[in-house]
Amino acid sequence: MSQPLIQVENLAMHFPVKEGLFQRSRRFCRAVDGVSFTVGAGETIGLVGESGCGKSTLGKCIVRLLRPTSGRILFDGEDLSQLSARKMKPYRRHLQMIFQDPVESLNARHTVGEILAEPFAIHDIGDPAHRREKVRGLLDKVGLPSSAADRYPFEFSGGQRQRIGIARAIALEPRAIVCDEPVSALDVSIQSQVLNLMLDLQREMGLSYLFIAHNLAVVKHVSDRIAIMYLGHIVEFADAENLYRDPRHPYTRALISAIPEPDPRRRSERIVLKGDVPSPIHPPSGCPFHTRCPYATDHCRQEVPRLRPTPDTTGHEVACHYDRPWN
Amino acid sequence: MPATDPNDIVIDVRDLVTTFDTDAGVLTAVDGVSFAVRRGRTLGIVGESGCGKSVTALSIMRLLPQPMGKIRGGEVLFDGRNLATLPPEEMRRIRGGRIGMIFQEPMTALNPVQTIGRQLSEIFLLHITSDRKQALEMSIDMLRKVGIPSPEIRVGEYPHQLSGGMRQRVVIAMALACKPAVVIADEPTTALDVTIQAQILELMHALQEEMGMAIILITHDLGVIADMCDDVVVMYGGRIAEAGPVDDIFAAPAHPYTRGLLSSIPRLTTPRKSRLNVIDGMVPSLAELPVGCRFQNRCPFRIDACARQPPRENVSPQHTVACHRWRDLPPFVSAP
Repeated sequence: MSQPLIQVENLAMHFPVKEGLFQRSRRFCRAVDGVSFTVGAGETIGLVGESGCGKSTLGKCIVRLLRPTSGRILFDGEDLSQLSARKMKPYRRHLQMIFQDPVESLNARHTVGEILAEPFAIHDIGDPAHRREKVRGLLDKVGLPSSAADRYPFEFSGGQRQRIGIARAIALEPRAIVCDEPVSALDVSIQSQVLNLMLDLQREMGLSYLFIAHNLAVVKHVSDRIAIMYLGHIVEFADAENLYRDPRHPYTRALISAIPEPDPRRRSERIVLKGDVPSPIHPPSGCPFHTRCPYATDHCRQEVPRLRPTPDTTGHEVACHYDRPWN
Repeated sequence: MPATDPNDIVIDVRDLVTTFDTDAGVLTAVDGVSFAVRRGRTLGIVGESGCGKSVTALSIMRLLPQPMGKIRGGEVLFDGRNLATLPPEEMRRIRGGRIGMIFQEPMTALNPVQTIGRQLSEIFLLHITSDRKQALEMSIDMLRKVGIPSPEIRVGEYPHQLSGGMRQRVVIAMALACKPAVVIADEPTTALDVTIQAQILELMHALQEEMGMAIILITHDLGVIADMCDDVVVMYGGRIAEAGPVDDIFAAPAHPYTRGLLSSIPRLTTPRKSRLNVIDGMVPSLAELPVGCRFQNRCPFRIDACARQPPRENVSPQHTVACHRWRDLPPFVSAP
């Protein structure tokens, strides 16, 4: 097998918690705590978890909006994890990001044309006429009229703004895009339009996606493989179909059963977890999930389970001391 | 489905019209909406942004933003009175008393500088007792009922000391404090994580079984509707597109908009990376709604007659639809 496009190795992002009179940091928020996985060319990895699980932090580390505390991010074999801003610049065009709220990621004082031409200016590509041509092409690619170039972001609806965000991300023909909840803020009837667009662009341009979301049905639709995160750890990693057919971690099972399906015939038996997600500033000892796990034992309270392959040899991995098939 | 007994109806909304005075003129946010909520049952109102679902709820509770929002027509019949014309002071006694309310963001419903116990006690003091000690005891009981651990300690805490899920439990405790006949819940779980949403939905279900209140549940999430509701009202552009029992609407939606919504959401059973069905165009803003059927310019079945407002017709005794073409639509193929 050829080398994967992105290899994340033992990545950790610990934020210092400032407190006390002198704002010294004695404690750390362990937002991402030792995460490893790969993303192949043209592949979509889904990253699912609840708020505070570290999925967005992980995404920001990979595009190097954050400098991780430790671990490596290999892009085409090159470690980006500690590169300076200047050394990072040539990689930025290959590694882009789309955000949940395009309004916050688009400069409100620039026209859409200016916003989309900016990446070409930053990387010193083409003259103004060439850039205008490119902008028209991008708008067409994401399904917006070329007249959109002269208007401002606020003049567009949520779905159209996300199209602008996508156009900007694909401007320099990147190889991978980190998508952080790209459709969660959109109306239901608009979500499927944007998802279709993202899948079309992936096929056309051979893009890899890291697709971060909390909606499992959406993630399953777009992903090849899915990682389930909990308190900074990947607790299960599997082929998308496999994860739903044979979820092995108790957290994954609860998460899948908790999604209300739009079908009254399927009012399922929900597995309702007790309590809340613990704080990543005071993570529990042992397995991060043991405080909410109905099957936790002393072993779970003492020893952190490692992510290990399941017997099914499909690349399915789970971090549970008591891994077993359920279905 | 039992036949509708008039005595069973808790809230009867008839031809409600609500408008907003804006710089762009008078906008009609709710345009002739009628539905009835029955005792002990859950009615869902579903729709996308700007469809009028939240304004409908605010109109019922008479909490429209002032001075822009006005009820221009129709009635909201509750306990033999029309809430739409009730004097503000009488309405205040009903809110939090016979009608409970739960909002999306619990932090906005709670006072950040008062303890949980004080805020809950206030409701009991306003509606039930004048004895502070008794009110506090009732508060502790109520917190226990909504599953808050060590309620006798929690009453002394402030909202910021609780997690999002716990805060929403406190809001539910406040809404149910006076054993209301109906609870209006506007996106009660939208701000919460999936596993916490499951906890809150289960709690609401259990409390309904125990206390027998009716629930009006407003959400954009068809999954929550399918899970929680007996009946559903689908709104689009300020009007009701379709209404009826949940099982009927999900199995055989009669309105092209409902069909479009149901077939465009990816499900766990949808083939991966396949093209999803879409509803073309965008969700219209109130200022640019078309005359006649609100959905016509996104509708694949549009004909000339759609320039006139379609009447509400019966698909079955309980199931109504407002579409000129509902009889002509091909059979609906539901998801696998």
